[in-house]
Amino acid sequence: MSTVEKNDKTERAERLSVFKTYKLYVGGKFPRSESGRVYEVTDSKGNWLANVPLSSRKDARDAVVAARKAFGGWSGATAYNRGQILYRIAEMLEGRREQYVREVADAEGLSKSKAAAQVDAAIDRWVWYAGWTDKIAQVVGGGNPVAGPFFNISSPEPAGVVAVLAPQESSFLGLVSVLAPVIATGNTAIVVASETSPLPALSLGEVLATSDLPGGVVNVLSGRTAEIATPLAAHQDVNAIDLAGADEVLAKELEIAAADNLKRVLRPQPVDDWAAAPGIDRMTAFLETKTVWHPTGSLGASGSSY
Amino acid sequence: MASVFEYAPAPESRSIVDIAPSYGLFIDGEFVEAADGKVFKTVSPSTEEVLAEIAQAGEADVDRAVKAARKAFVKWSALPGSERAKYLFRIARIIQERSRELAVLETLDNGKPIKETRDADLPLVAAHFFYYAGWADKLEHAGFGASPAPLGVAGQVIPWNFPLLMLAWKIAPALATGNTVVLKPAETTPLSALFFADICRQAGLPKGVVNILPGYGDSGAALVAHPDVNKVAFTGSTAVGKEIARTVAGTHKKVTLELGGKGANIVFDDAPIDQAVEGIVNGIFFNQGQVCCAGSRLLVQESIQDELLESLKRRLSTLRLGDPLDKNTDIGAINSEEQLTRITSLVEQGEAEGAERWSPACELPESGYWFAPTLFTNVTQAHRIARDEIFGPVLSVLTFRTPDEAVAKANNSAYGLSAGIWTEKGSRILAVANKLRAGVIWSNTFNKFDPTSPFGGYKESGFGREGGRHGLEAYLAPSSPEGER
Repeated sequence: MSTVEKNDKTERAERLSVFKTYKLYVGGKFPRSESGRVYEVTDSKGNWLANVPLSSRKDARDAVVAARKAFGGWSGATAYNRGQILYRIAEMLEGRREQYVREVADAEGLSKSKAAAQVDAAIDRWVWYAGWTDKIAQVVGGGNPVAGPFFNISSPEPAGVVAVLAPQESSFLGLVSVLAPVIATGNTAIVVASETSPLPALSLGEVLATSDLPGGVVNVLSGRTAEIATPLAAHQDVNAIDLAGADEVLAKELEIAAADNLKRVLRPQPVDDWAAAPGIDRMTAFLETKTVWHPTGSLGASGSSY
Repeated sequence: MASVFEYAPAPESRSIVDIAPSYGLFIDGEFVEAADGKVFKTVSPSTEEVLAEIAQAGEADVDRAVKAARKAFVKWSALPGSERAKYLFRIARIIQERSRELAVLETLDNGKPIKETRDADLPLVAAHFFYYAGWADKLEHAGFGASPAPLGVAGQVIPWNFPLLMLAWKIAPALATGNTVVLKPAETTPLSALFFADICRQAGLPKGVVNILPGYGDSGAALVAHPDVNKVAFTGSTAVGKEIARTVAGTHKKVTLELGGKGANIVFDDAPIDQAVEGIVNGIFFNQGQVCCAGSRLLVQESIQDELLESLKRRLSTLRLGDPLDKNTDIGAINSEEQLTRITSLVEQGEAEGAERWSPACELPESGYWFAPTLFTNVTQAHRIARDEIFGPVLSVLTFRTPDEAVAKANNSAYGLSAGIWTEKGSRILAVANKLRAGVIWSNTFNKFDPTSPFGGYKESGFGREGGRHGLEAYLAPSSPEGER
């Protein structure tokens, strides 16, 4: 602490800080849980940090409705536009860097410098994915040289509404690493925050709300992962699920539930270091390939003469 | 409708193919009996003639085959890609050489017209092996990393509608990527897969690389559940696909599923009617409609409905149903009695729900399993015949007024495999294709296939793609999190 602050304290009564009421982020708004429930979140040493919403099945269903509603607009936006918005998220985060460093340090029990490294990596990750939005189609799509008077084009399209169970340990970098690829490709997401460390995720909602990201594209829920994930995995209007934040037993249960409407399932992948370069698998996991055929006709056997 | 000129019979000779009275399972390069000695019979659907007796794989046989495939995997996966390629090229060539024999065999066992096995199935089967042969030594350039690795043993379960083609779709990319295979053909159409075993022998393919286990659903279930299978590939019904997805839950098995469909074939008012009619016929009556990507829902713009239906009915009246070995036959037999029962019951339900049924005058042969080409009008989206996959020569006709309505109706399905768009306006094709939630979209054509082109569905039509560069992904190990690929 600086001497100036010390002097302030001795001269004035200590200022009572303003607590933040952590809320969900659903459909571009910040509701409390419909259930009216909250649970206590502590730092890594067990000190109380906040009461956060304990989301219910109804919250999960509301989030699916919001995500579905947003899907047409977001998937129909130009890839360039989506890239701009993802980059804008990085801009907004940069401005609030200190806040996230504090939240990540509290959540994960990291030193300030280590937490700062996590936050920086998370910001850079948004920038990385911002650049992918208008390139992934060229990398994984293409024209196919069919043997006949036809031409066809394969291009990737978003799978739809994706439920994302954020990793439990990496409260912010892990969260961004699983969320950004899902929306970069035009999907909309319901993300279930780390159960024990949800505060960085809930704060991310505030950044997303001010980043030109249409409401409903990302919806953030906090609470018991298993309780929220179960209705999401079984939901008929969810197209895919990322099981990153589920343990082995829960992941199997959810994968079975997901089979009911043949959701795309990304099983939990071991990740030693979330800061490592992610590759494109998390994007392609939630893409479909559409192949469009058209006759080419023929100009005659000799073709045109030049 | 009686035609002006009668067609003389033009049967393809069946003497080109020798069918043995009985066949074993093909495990580790040998034909062997099932461990429990069980057998079943395969019949020709057009005559109900018993073609052969086939060994029926049980759990012990599955285990034996997986062990053989595991053992073969060590050497096969270590082989230079260029050598694997040569084996696949050999197989492609032998298929071309023996394609007449295989076409007749497939027609006998499946019931589909020789015209289709000869001109569609067999050329595509050879083309698939030829295409994937070329990938075997180029995998590091396929976009899946610098040193893509095979998964191990692939358990593959294929359906009866395109027995040899589905075998090619499964085996060619699996072998090209260095995996070994245990494949279960459908119980009603095991013969071409067993003949394929002989082709593997002629090609000198190492023992155990390909194993063929004929059997029923329980054999397939045992294969999918086998703990030493690394990759599951299935083509078939959505119900079984869901069961497989549950079975592999919590395991490391990679899965691709090619499941059912209820394809919308959308005809706009500016479409060339005659071409559209050909496309509609091809979309739903090709292979007796027993096609997962069949255009089984015709969505026609209201203003041209009468004109289109009149043309369509006239065209249907010229289709020739009968002996599948006759080169002039357009519509062959339904694959099995069970399938015929299913089609019949769904069609009866369509009538009961108030849709209007129409078929051309059509004489059905006395033996065998047959169903006349059938058209339903006055169909609404709520009708079961507009929602459920019938997997038979049955077309449901719905109407629309605006492109938005067409898109909404086309997408109003749990399936998302195929769709067709008929219009002269290019911008409309692209706009509508963009909005359709389906994996394959044919504009001004239908039911076209090519080994270079990814095929597969959205939503409950399954996951993954077969064909093209995309088809390799299903048989390669996922990339490391370090992003090496």
